[in-house]
Amino acid sequence: MRSRALANLAAPTLFGLGVLVLWEAVVRGFNVPRVILPAPSAIIARLATSAPTLVADFLQTIQGVLAGYFIGCAAGLIVAILIDRTPFLQRGLLPLGNLVSALPIVGIAPIMVMWFGFDWQSKAAVVVVMTFFPMLVNAVAGLASAGPMERDLMKTYGATYGQTLTKLRLQAALPFIFNALKINSTLAMIGAIVAEFFGTPVVGMGFRINTEVGRMNIDMVWATIVVAAVTGSLFYGVVALIERQVTFWHASYRQRPA
Amino acid sequence: MKHVLPVAIIVAAIIALWYVACLFMNAQLQRDLFANTDNTTYSLSDFVTAEWNMERPKLPAPHQIVAELDHTIFGLAPSSKRSLVYHAGITLQETILGFVIGSALGILLAVLVVHLRGLDRSLMPWIVASQTIPIIALAPMIVVILNQFDITGVLPKAVIAAYLSFFPVTVGMVKGLRSPDPLQLDLMRTYSATRMQTFFKLRAPASAPFFFASMKVAVAAALVGAVVAEVTKSEDGGLGARLLAGSYYGQTVQIWAALFAAAACSAALVAIVGLVDRITARRMGYAR
Repeated sequence: MRSRALANLAAPTLFGLGVLVLWEAVVRGFNVPRVILPAPSAIIARLATSAPTLVADFLQTIQGVLAGYFIGCAAGLIVAILIDRTPFLQRGLLPLGNLVSALPIVGIAPIMVMWFGFDWQSKAAVVVVMTFFPMLVNAVAGLASAGPMERDLMKTYGATYGQTLTKLRLQAALPFIFNALKINSTLAMIGAIVAEFFGTPVVGMGFRINTEVGRMNIDMVWATIVVAAVTGSLFYGVVALIERQVTFWHASYRQRPA
Repeated sequence: MKHVLPVAIIVAAIIALWYVACLFMNAQLQRDLFANTDNTTYSLSDFVTAEWNMERPKLPAPHQIVAELDHTIFGLAPSSKRSLVYHAGITLQETILGFVIGSALGILLAVLVVHLRGLDRSLMPWIVASQTIPIIALAPMIVVILNQFDITGVLPKAVIAAYLSFFPVTVGMVKGLRSPDPLQLDLMRTYSATRMQTFFKLRAPASAPFFFASMKVAVAAALVGAVVAEVTKSEDGGLGARLLAGSYYGQTVQIWAALFAAAACSAALVAIVGLVDRITARRMGYAR
């Protein structure tokens, strides 16, 4: 089991390293100009030399990401619980929610920048709107997922609505909620970075990408992208880890008997 | 059809709320405006009407957006730079080209991943991991890089649209191509079917529902990619360029109109894919 897990980790690692080596070789071999594609070594060097700027950008952007993520997800969950009791609202809101999830919501970024100013609040607002609907749609589906048998059991126990909600239905909804949390972790990063294209104080990852592209400092752009990628992957990883701990009972995590 | 009435009522409620929200959001602006013009004798209804018909409101009223849409879609020649049809056309071109490239690439990758064991182990984790990366952040750079190679116009933005749309296709199609039952795969083996035959007669048809599900996600993602790409390179026009121009000059009504146009394009594209899905489902017999 151990060695298998190791092999599962080794294959993608080797593949990734291979791509990096190939990239470095191509850039050096063909003398690709720095403004088109910098070598991985140049990007790593840039990461080291511009660390203070990158950290400042990261701190600026992550405020909007986290604030928006928590507000958006919480609001989506609360609204899902509220409309869960009214089939009428469900029938009316769910098709709209599905429609909105397919819309280019990042487009509201300029409006939010106008309403909430250049600082992180406007980015958080974009993230709230982007994360709200995936959570709403998933949580409603999750709340409906508890089986009729279990619900009947709760009824025979004489459980109140609140008890059934917290002890059965929210638990059954957890896999769906975590699915939304994972989707939203990526959306939040995208939303915040794109919102920064529309106006920001002179700090932030989206601002950095946009200005350094204009100044042809492509290695700095790549360094920022590395930071964004690592942040996004970590964010996703943390949510996935919590999911594993909380929904250990779910079929997809149960160990198959050997 | 049981959804029609609730949806209609909720949409009406949203519009009503919108008008109320306008009153609150524009109040300060309108008060300043009246103060600047020394208009102190206005009645409440004057004030409210003025708020709903401001030149540059914080939140435009729905009828202002409709009027702007009507003017820029039907009121101007489609070739005019101020016509939304012109900009939406550019965006749609990029979206569809990107969507075609992206889904072709996505399907190709999925076929490779399903058939080559080594790739599955080494490539798939990266495909999944790359979804956690804010790919849109790459958009401005891709545009600039392609510019170096004299690739301009629709193509650079289509590349970004393709970049955004191929991940959902790959992930969905890998799932779809793997969806046949082991029993059915064994049956193909007892027929001594070649891999080619197994692919076209079993795997490909079995993946149809997954194919359409990922197409819907991909086409919406392609539009987002196209719009964002236009923001970063706005001189060629497109709905994203309209958004950016509107935000530069404080033309809120224009922003909202471009936003609604983008939403309509997205909804229409998803609806077209959904229609093809339903027709195929009926012909293939997997319709519910």
